[in-house]
Amino acid sequence: MKIRNHKDFWAGAMFLAFGAFFAGYATRYKFGTAANMGPGYFPVALGTILAVLGIAIVVSSLSANAADEKVDKFPWPVLLLILGPTALFGLLLQTLGLIVCLLMLVAISSYASHEFNWRSTLLNAMVLTVLSLTIFVWALKLQFPLWPVFIGN
Amino acid sequence: MESMFSNLGVGLTAVLAIEPYTIFNQTLSLPMNIVYCVLGAFIGTLIGVLPGLGPVATIAMLLPATFTLPPLGGLIMLSGIYYGAQYGGSTTAILVNLPGETSSVVTCIDGYQMARRGRAGVALTTAALGSFFAGCVGTLLLAAFAPPLAELAFKFGPAEYFSLIMLGLFGAIALSSGSLLKSIAMVCLGLLGGIVGTDVSSGVSRFAFDIPELADGIGFVVVAMGVFGFAEVISNLEQKETREIFTKEVSGMFPSKEDFKRMVAPVLRGTALGSVLGILPGGGAVLAAFGAYALEKKVSKNSAEFGKGAIEGVAAPESANNAAAQTSFIPLLTLGLPANAVMALMVGAMTIHNIQPGPLVMTTNPTLFWGLIVSMWVGNLMLVVLNLPLIGIWVKLLTVPYRYLYPAILVFCCIGVFTISNSSFDVLLTAGFGFLGYVFFRLGCEGAPLLLGFVLGPMLEEHFRRALLLSHGDFSVFVTRPLSLSLLLVTAVLVVIVTLPSIKSKRVEAFHEE
Repeated sequence: MKIRNHKDFWAGAMFLAFGAFFAGYATRYKFGTAANMGPGYFPVALGTILAVLGIAIVVSSLSANAADEKVDKFPWPVLLLILGPTALFGLLLQTLGLIVCLLMLVAISSYASHEFNWRSTLLNAMVLTVLSLTIFVWALKLQFPLWPVFIGN
Repeated sequence: MESMFSNLGVGLTAVLAIEPYTIFNQTLSLPMNIVYCVLGAFIGTLIGVLPGLGPVATIAMLLPATFTLPPLGGLIMLSGIYYGAQYGGSTTAILVNLPGETSSVVTCIDGYQMARRGRAGVALTTAALGSFFAGCVGTLLLAAFAPPLAELAFKFGPAEYFSLIMLGLFGAIALSSGSLLKSIAMVCLGLLGGIVGTDVSSGVSRFAFDIPELADGIGFVVVAMGVFGFAEVISNLEQKETREIFTKEVSGMFPSKEDFKRMVAPVLRGTALGSVLGILPGGGAVLAAFGAYALEKKVSKNSAEFGKGAIEGVAAPESANNAAAQTSFIPLLTLGLPANAVMALMVGAMTIHNIQPGPLVMTTNPTLFWGLIVSMWVGNLMLVVLNLPLIGIWVKLLTVPYRYLYPAILVFCCIGVFTISNSSFDVLLTAGFGFLGYVFFRLGCEGAPLLLGFVLGPMLEEHFRRALLLSHGDFSVFVTRPLSLSLLLVTAVLVVIVTLPSIKSKRVEAFHEE
């Protein structure tokens, strides 16, 4: 047996994992009966369906008629440089405040571009920070912690 | 007929209402709803023009900005953003050969060729006029069909709602471009994600892992922004090709008499096809545009010119996608069922304003309902009035390098997600969904069915439970009630049609006509 459609194989495996997880985890909730469903009924049923679909997709990816498709290599540096600062923004916003977090978000994420250079990145970071402060804080009056806690507001 | 116009009158009054507005300590009297509409259309186009950010991501990103507005104003602004984003997508398609979103993929084919032959201005005008005409027709259809459909919705019990949601979900699957099995799996995954949080019936907190933020459920903006916005940014960053932009050649905006003659029939056909496909659950702008282009290629006298800059190839899909954008509001406003991912976002927006979308909106809140419908027409008008004179600005925007744009997208996404519930955890979760979205993209799984399932999950479970409670656990309730049975039959027919081998290959072909 040989995997022909790698995309489908991994997609199916992913669905199987998700389905098994949801169905398995939901068994700790009361199942109930069809007439009086507990909180576990729907997720167990749906998770099982998802897992079965996952198996079907995996099987079809092994068939001789499946299209020959490879999964391209993941651009890990790009993923890390985009999602990393976003997660940091969430983690640090309450302690470092909006201004520092925005500057950091723009500075780190800009590095993901193949056209990166420091001067334009710093300029962009400043412009975007001022723009965000104007739109969200001044005009829309949304509430943010602005400065790091150790400086005080 | 008469009541339709009096209803539209109610809407027009609501839209034109003059309200005081205070800025710089000066109180001005302004028709605020018109202001929101214009602002929405403008911002929507602005972001729609930027390559690689579709309407779903655009709306998700701008949603928080509308929370502080009154309900009607907020919804008007959002629909303005939606049309603007649609229109902006066509502009990039014509000028850069980059579809700003999927529904303008076909516009690239002939629009870009027209631009290369120095007729970019004419192509843009054609797109605008075709869209405006389609928008007008769509609005009238919406006003005519909404009341009878809402009437029908009052006959719906939980069994009917369950079947209707099934129809919507399977419609979305059937009309999506990817593999059938994978799309069904994505819907299931979405449904499961949607029920994370406190169960309304039992009060049990499901899949929350003792994280208090998860007990309230996962916000749909978090999912939409992660799966669409972030995944799009990452996949754009991978591509390093340079683009050719026709910035200097946008002159001679006005089509000639000959152009007009060639435009009329395609616009009419595109509008008709788009209006029908827009109402279908799961349908919408993308399919309408593809369908209209394929149809035009078959029936046009100038079919040999298609692909080389035929004006019909711009007029038909552009009218079709706008007509569909308009009529896809029908199932949402009358039955409370979002037909596609954009409408799913509108449900979220309405819920935040404490409006439960469905047949009741029309009777309990007629000003809002008809105001929204009239504002759609105003929004379409604004697109023509604003965008043609402003085309110079949009062209300038196209020349801004991506390295400045994507950090801006990230900034707006982060701030947007945070402000929805002042939750840092939501920002973290968005990053997680961004990763998941990219994995989906790489494995060829579509995001739209996931988002639709996500929004409909709690609704589906609720109606499923109630239907079976009322029938004392008898599953035949779904097929013994005539309305429910017919909805399920339509669903079954849809599934059978897409799995037929002959249709299957056509479907693949229709989505790959490039």
